[in-house]
Amino acid sequence: MKKLFGLLTIFTMFLLGACGSATLEGEQSDESEKVAEISPDEMTIGLSISTLNNPFFGQLQEGVEDKAEENGTTVRTVDAQDDTATQINGIDDLIQQGVDVLLINPVDSDAITPAIESANAAGIPVITLDRSSEGGEVVTLIASDNVQGGEMAAEHIVELVGENAKVVQLEGTPGASAANERGEGFNNVANEKLDIVDSQSANFSRSEGLTVMENLLQSNSDIDAVFAQNDEMALGAIEAIEAAGLEDIVVIGFDGNEDALAQIEEGRLDATVAQQPYEMGSLAVQAAYDYVSGKDVENVISSPLELMTAE
Amino acid sequence: MEAKSKSIAQTKAKRSELFRKLGPLIALIVLVTVVTFLNTNFISPTNLLNLLRQVSVNALIAFGMTFVIITGGIDLSVGSTLALSGALTAGILAAGVPPVVAIFAGLLIGAALGLLNGIVITKGKVAPFIATLATMTIFRGLTLVYTEGNPITGFSDDFTFLFFGRGYLFGIPFPVVLMAIAFGILFVLLHKMTFGRKTFAIGGNENASYIAGIKSDRVKYTVYAISGMMSALAGLILTSRLNSAQPTAGTAYELDAIAAVVIGGTSLAGGKGRIVGTLIGALIIGTLNNGLNLLGVSSFYQQVVRGIVIIIAVLLDRKK
Repeated sequence: MKKLFGLLTIFTMFLLGACGSATLEGEQSDESEKVAEISPDEMTIGLSISTLNNPFFGQLQEGVEDKAEENGTTVRTVDAQDDTATQINGIDDLIQQGVDVLLINPVDSDAITPAIESANAAGIPVITLDRSSEGGEVVTLIASDNVQGGEMAAEHIVELVGENAKVVQLEGTPGASAANERGEGFNNVANEKLDIVDSQSANFSRSEGLTVMENLLQSNSDIDAVFAQNDEMALGAIEAIEAAGLEDIVVIGFDGNEDALAQIEEGRLDATVAQQPYEMGSLAVQAAYDYVSGKDVENVISSPLELMTAE
Repeated sequence: MEAKSKSIAQTKAKRSELFRKLGPLIALIVLVTVVTFLNTNFISPTNLLNLLRQVSVNALIAFGMTFVIITGGIDLSVGSTLALSGALTAGILAAGVPPVVAIFAGLLIGAALGLLNGIVITKGKVAPFIATLATMTIFRGLTLVYTEGNPITGFSDDFTFLFFGRGYLFGIPFPVVLMAIAFGILFVLLHKMTFGRKTFAIGGNENASYIAGIKSDRVKYTVYAISGMMSALAGLILTSRLNSAQPTAGTAYELDAIAAVVIGGTSLAGGKGRIVGTLIGALIIGTLNNGLNLLGVSSFYQQVVRGIVIIIAVLLDRKK
């Protein structure tokens, strides 16, 4: 025990003595804020992706790489495997490599802040993709306009089943920005033109979409249409509707994932508001070129959405 | 003749002993040389400090895991312990408790969670693998319940707490300083004190150590509590560094920690091991992650490479 106490005392004294030279990450260096002009073929882009296990982000990466390749830009990619700490470490590694621009697709909007501050301190411009950052300085955010997408879905329902039709909405995870924005857009149109009989959360999950839809069918007869804030919930809802022996209920999803597109071909799903991750990646690289060559870049760049139907 | 063959056997034993001690270190040196050769950025002081900071979280967990594995046990709950104690500490900070108190509370929570593992294992006579597999999902579940599945943020902009994960002392990242302190304390505990000898004795032969009068239950409580506390310390660093407590933090961290221990030459059968080896093991894993990122290797291949390194380490271990 004596040895341990001795050791502890030494460490304590060391720490006390060191108080004067304590600094925080992100505030230790002040490199020039000005970005040097670099031509695309001399540029290295660092790309940090939240997870490559999700095809959506795989397409995002392809979009970045193809656009970069066209212009002779090198891309270094790190995969965060959906872990916030892994993402920060990967971004540190990219900063160490001296990349010229960072494209970051955050795992979490809050937890990414320190990494963005580190990049700021190193004088590397940051562009975020699909998800925003709560802190740090970011050149621009490239994301789908979820509000517009919600409006598109509602308009399509009006087209298919007419005004004042009875609709239910399956909401995403409470608090998630995608859920809020898609709901907002949908309500913008639906409040005026449709009759929303119920709106409940199914947490973006297929299995919950199934059970929530079952309950909704129990409590409401004569539903005309369903808007699910993502495809997974829409696919769950379809199972519930078919199991109940109902067929003429219109179901619209959001995202445009492969499963959903296949179900549209089969005629089970009526439509989905497709995001275009490939386009998103491409737009991000273009924004990087614009910023580095001194052009003005908007704070938020909307990635286009497309309504996918059977036609 | 007999004497001669004996002495040959002895030198052979000595040589393999030397190899056991130096093997991981040689592997690390080779790895560092190769990565440096391929990308000179690697050896720059800023990258080395960056690397050490990345290693610190896994190393701290692995230090605790070393004690557990030397007793012949395993602790699968470390990642969940990290998340739960991180989230609870964030909650305590949000309630306005001074950071220093909150940090100590967080460490105690981690130790208590570890102690719970120890009690289930000794009193309940449940195999460590099963006991900690169960607490792994229990602690993760409790974290999700407590955080309602969302990250806890905005609990503290206090310098002391931010310093914990993001600070620099004499230009050295504070998590690295913490790693060095923990290493010093645990090294003395494991290799220079009676507690350490008891830890080895239990792992070597539990019955014999019982006959020799070692209260193995007590040693096990302490060992799992140390593991829990080290996980909590890692969790505090992450919470501070990420400026938020993530409900999914630390998922699968037990695997990296076990890998570091095994690469470092500690035997999963118990009774044999060194904490220095674990530090080197963690450095090897960290160098692989950092180096492969610097070399621009796809993350899919990185996982393959890491697995191969673990297999090589275990094969080398068996050859001795």
